[in-house]
Amino acid sequence: MVPAVEVSNVTRRFGRVQALAGIDLAVAEGEFFGLLGPNGAGKTTLISILAGLTRADTGSARIRGHDVINDYRNARRILGVVPQELVFDPFFSVRETLEIQSGYFGIRNNDAWIDELLHHLDLTGKANANMRSLSGGMKRRVLVGQALVHKPPVIVLDEPTAGVDVELRQSLWAFIRKLNRDGHTIILTTHYLEEAEALCGRIAMLKAGKVVALDTTKNLLSRISGFTVRLVAERIPADWQPRVLHRDAQVFILGLDRYAELEVLLAALRVEGIAIAELALEETDLEQVFLRIMSAPAAPTGLSS
Amino acid sequence: MRIAGAGWLTLLYKELLRFWKVAFQTILAPVMTALLYLLIFSHVMESRVSVFGGAVRYTAFLVPGLVMMSILQNAFANSSSSMIQSKITGNLIFMLLPPLSPADFFAAYVLGAMVRGLVVGFGVFLVTLFFVPELAAMPHPFWALAFALLGSAILGTLGLIGGIWADKFDQLAAFQNFLITPLTFLSGVFYSIHSLPPFWQALSHANPFFYMIDGFRYGFFGLSDVPPMLSLGIVASCSLLLSILALTILRSGWKLRF
Repeated sequence: MVPAVEVSNVTRRFGRVQALAGIDLAVAEGEFFGLLGPNGAGKTTLISILAGLTRADTGSARIRGHDVINDYRNARRILGVVPQELVFDPFFSVRETLEIQSGYFGIRNNDAWIDELLHHLDLTGKANANMRSLSGGMKRRVLVGQALVHKPPVIVLDEPTAGVDVELRQSLWAFIRKLNRDGHTIILTTHYLEEAEALCGRIAMLKAGKVVALDTTKNLLSRISGFTVRLVAERIPADWQPRVLHRDAQVFILGLDRYAELEVLLAALRVEGIAIAELALEETDLEQVFLRIMSAPAAPTGLSS
Repeated sequence: MRIAGAGWLTLLYKELLRFWKVAFQTILAPVMTALLYLLIFSHVMESRVSVFGGAVRYTAFLVPGLVMMSILQNAFANSSSSMIQSKITGNLIFMLLPPLSPADFFAAYVLGAMVRGLVVGFGVFLVTLFFVPELAAMPHPFWALAFALLGSAILGTLGLIGGIWADKFDQLAAFQNFLITPLTFLSGVFYSIHSLPPFWQALSHANPFFYMIDGFRYGFFGLSDVPPMLSLGIVASCSLLLSILALTILRSGWKLRF
């Protein structure tokens, strides 16, 4: 079966910055796929290449088998993109914005679907309001609406919930989940790791333009057996330094494999006379997986599967 | 609201709606400006300037120049400001994501600019008819129409190129103030180039805008500084070359798709 999205050996350089250093990815039809990585990892560049906004230096990208350059008309017709930047055309109302966007895809008389979109995005009351008069969260929802006017089977959301309040985020995700259940393929980039954990079936982690991890969310979570310890202390014994996943002043996050190790850690602290200000055990979540992978050396570490 | 079937027609519709929503600024204001030019210049010059050997009074001579100038300036303003506004506010992305081709972009932006230029030009013509009713009896209306269409297409294309090239409003203003406006003002809007010293007369012949206005004027009087067929050939060639340039730029993705 043709993948919904297929990226082969894509590289892209901006001046001296290697934004993408050889990306290979395939996303199957109907997947809810997460694209994670720190700022500058190349997520937005990759999405821009899929959308035809940016051209790759080498390699190719296809949407349902349609090359994004050579067969851009078909590729773009089946792709819906919610851009990261909060942009709008100040000349038009919400409804006009959605009608014009439909028209760009050659769709006329799209009112029934536009009404449904307005309803799901809780914008019905604002349909005739000018774009300028909307709050940031509402403008963000119009962007989601614009990406969906042509009912694209493949939907890419580039940090769609940045700056959107919690209640709204929930309703937005409920809608995106419904679209996914209805068969749409979803590709999501987000900074909220708990969102990716709750929503995505499979995740690719990007770092410095490379895929450093690619697996199902379940496998990624099980990759970190054990748990983490959040420890507040002046310092930690030198032997334990390699276990530090994250450090913020006196707050140390340590990865432990077994509960038995906790006793060893406490003993080591006691021997060195380090006072514990605070100690908490935390279950594995995606954030810890993310921290472990991102703090690993850049060289291939066998994390890609 | 009706939406057309093909994508580029919607882009054209958007271009038209954009200026129509601010018609005071985009249509009525330029008509008013042209009227002021007519009142002031005709008052000062009517009794002092003789054109076409006295066959045409100055105010009547001036009107086609003002109409054409309005067409050219407004066609340029429409495509250039629309493009740079979309680039700077970032909403150009809404047009880059759909399956619109380079030719779709070209057709929509240039036709939108032509409509704006022609609407303003027609408005100026209607208003000035009060002062020079004899102009209603045009001997060659189709010549005038041909030059109006080609002139607005050329400036609409230049506006599209300028809007794509400019990264800031400042650069676009420079393009307009140091290139478009001097070429327009020095093209014979306000005078017949036969009244110029030989050097400036020769230089005017190198200005493509001169042929647009001279040919347009032929439609009104059956008189012109150079044969209208020559003007038509030059203007049509300019239009063709600029269209090829604009389409090449759009195809390359220059400044639009990085």
